[in-house]
Amino acid sequence: MYLYDQYDQAMVDARVEEFRDQARRRLEGRLTEDQFKPLRLMNGLYLQLHAYMLRVAIPYGTLNSRQMHALADIADKYDRGYGHFTTRQNIQYNWIKLEQAADLLADLAKVEMHAIQTSGNCIRNISSDHFAGAAADELVDPRPYAELLRQWSSFHPEFSYLPRKFKIAVIASDTDRAAMRLHDIGIQIVEQGGELGAAFYVGGGMGRTPMIAPCIKDFVPLDRLVTYAEAVLRVYNRYGRRDNKYKARIKILVHEMGKDAFTEAVDEEFARMLDEGIEPPFAELERIRTFFTDPAFEAGASEEIDRTDPDFALWVDRNTVAHKAAGYVSAVISLKPVGGIPGDATSEQMRVMADLAREYSFDELRVMHTQNVVLPHVRKADLHALWTALDGAGMGSPNLDTIEDIIACPGLDYCSLANARSIPVAQKISERFAASGKTEALGQLKLKISGCINACGHHHAGHIGILGVDRKGVENYQLLLGGSEAEDVSLAKITGPGFDEAGIVDAVETAADVYLRERQDDERFLDTYRRIGMTPFKEALYG
Amino acid sequence: MDDLATENDRLIRYREDDPVDHAAVTVDSFLDQTAASAVRVEPGDDARELIPHLERLALVEVNFPAFGDGRGYSSARLLREAGYEGELRAVGDVLVDQVAYMRRCGFDAFDPDAPLNEQDLEAALTRWPEVYQSAADARTPIWSKRHA
Repeated sequence: MYLYDQYDQAMVDARVEEFRDQARRRLEGRLTEDQFKPLRLMNGLYLQLHAYMLRVAIPYGTLNSRQMHALADIADKYDRGYGHFTTRQNIQYNWIKLEQAADLLADLAKVEMHAIQTSGNCIRNISSDHFAGAAADELVDPRPYAELLRQWSSFHPEFSYLPRKFKIAVIASDTDRAAMRLHDIGIQIVEQGGELGAAFYVGGGMGRTPMIAPCIKDFVPLDRLVTYAEAVLRVYNRYGRRDNKYKARIKILVHEMGKDAFTEAVDEEFARMLDEGIEPPFAELERIRTFFTDPAFEAGASEEIDRTDPDFALWVDRNTVAHKAAGYVSAVISLKPVGGIPGDATSEQMRVMADLAREYSFDELRVMHTQNVVLPHVRKADLHALWTALDGAGMGSPNLDTIEDIIACPGLDYCSLANARSIPVAQKISERFAASGKTEALGQLKLKISGCINACGHHHAGHIGILGVDRKGVENYQLLLGGSEAEDVSLAKITGPGFDEAGIVDAVETAADVYLRERQDDERFLDTYRRIGMTPFKEALYG
Repeated sequence: MDDLATENDRLIRYREDDPVDHAAVTVDSFLDQTAASAVRVEPGDDARELIPHLERLALVEVNFPAFGDGRGYSSARLLREAGYEGELRAVGDVLVDQVAYMRRCGFDAFDPDAPLNEQDLEAALTRWPEVYQSAADARTPIWSKRHA
């Protein structure tokens, strides 16, 4: 994985000192809260309902055991002994004191980590495929391109006061595991005539106006990647709406201009920029690539897995994913225990994950946008030992991509924007389905819960989505069906009137039962919904 | 004349030449007349309209009515890219925590609504040992140093 050189380290260290100075000026009253707010946000510091929340960047979700140990230590030292892994492949802490934030950032910098641009109206932490470098189906590892863009976007002088936040995802396989087309820019590394290049999808997003990004350029040569991104950002910075924060994302600009006019504006800007010396030399991409070469996989590693223990066999079937190297898999550590808080991990669990990564996965971990953690490179022969250790630490739930593997935003339990709680709904649903035993029969069913229309819980992209709203002071939950964040991307539709907290759990079960009744062959819930449409579900829910 | 004196107190310039001695006109009036050599660009203006006339410009003021509106950064940079070498002055809600980025985008003068603390300004402009991107200033990006 990528390691800092003296330049990267100097930049992160300078940022810590800058923030320490800014926080001091705020505490001395020399900066108003309005002036301080964008500065703290660009260092990941939000003011939540009860305290400051700090979001730490995990670039493209990749980290090593030393970094995971540091995250555990931070949870103990500055928080209440736990952290929350997010849909942006980051981790956030919920109980931070402003006076200690600079010290926390300094601790992060010691392990080549930071909270730079994890919030604010700037280019955010770049996300990617959590199976990058391991997936059997990838063209190349997408992370070198994500790292190149990370450096370009860090402290960008022109694009730090954008109309609104800006999220970029990079993938390199036809299977989309990063919700690429629901980002402001989604990049897919593709091959054309033996050359690698980047397909640019621009103007996707969730929030209150969800949109799927159209492809504006199917092939940008790799030695123009940064310049093209710069051109997109300049068009957005100049013309993106600033009169209404709910219409300020680039998706609205692309929609209002139309894809063709927008593309033309980008192409014009791009043509002007070509001689400006914006693009790093190809040697820089080559340098970054050397950090992402394959680890020393054992040749001839055994394909055998002893499946005598049925609990272990179930976990293997559900939570391991095909790997490009023979005898290896990627193993998903579920942070979704039945009745638990999706994405939460205690400091002790973080240390267990870190130590297991060092022992069984070439010292590497990945945070998934589904709020789980991956050990990307595990020998099949080591799976039983790994599972035994995980199970002992409460992280052995065999529920990847099942209805228990719920994405949920922090909701009204923490968030000052939320209208409704998300966590208790997730807890009740996982408990209901675990108890009824229907989880197995339902197979792949992605359920995503947001506590307000900002859609941090990706409800638009759920096979089943739940949106918490405030109805005359009472929490109310709308049910949505038919979304997908994957390569078959689609936006979920609302079934009809919402439900109260108990009602929404029943409604999810009713929808699941319609699927079990109607499905044909190997259809997933999503496939059945797409075939039979909304009507049978509506009849069962409201009939 | 008190107003002018106050304005001069706040004006910070990183140029050797003398400042333009007359007020800047709007982009529209500049394009309508030939005499003015100073223009003020508002966030909604298209700074590119000035490009055919750069030779007769000595001062471009870019107004920041609110510091969070970042359109002025692009206005500045695209003028420098087009070869403008006159004074580029950030005016309005210009705060010390934004001046380093403004310098990188080609601003070489600041006329903030509220005076900047001298020590804070010095710290802001010397804080960053390196830069990751090429921009409108003369700094060498990290990627260039790595492959020198």
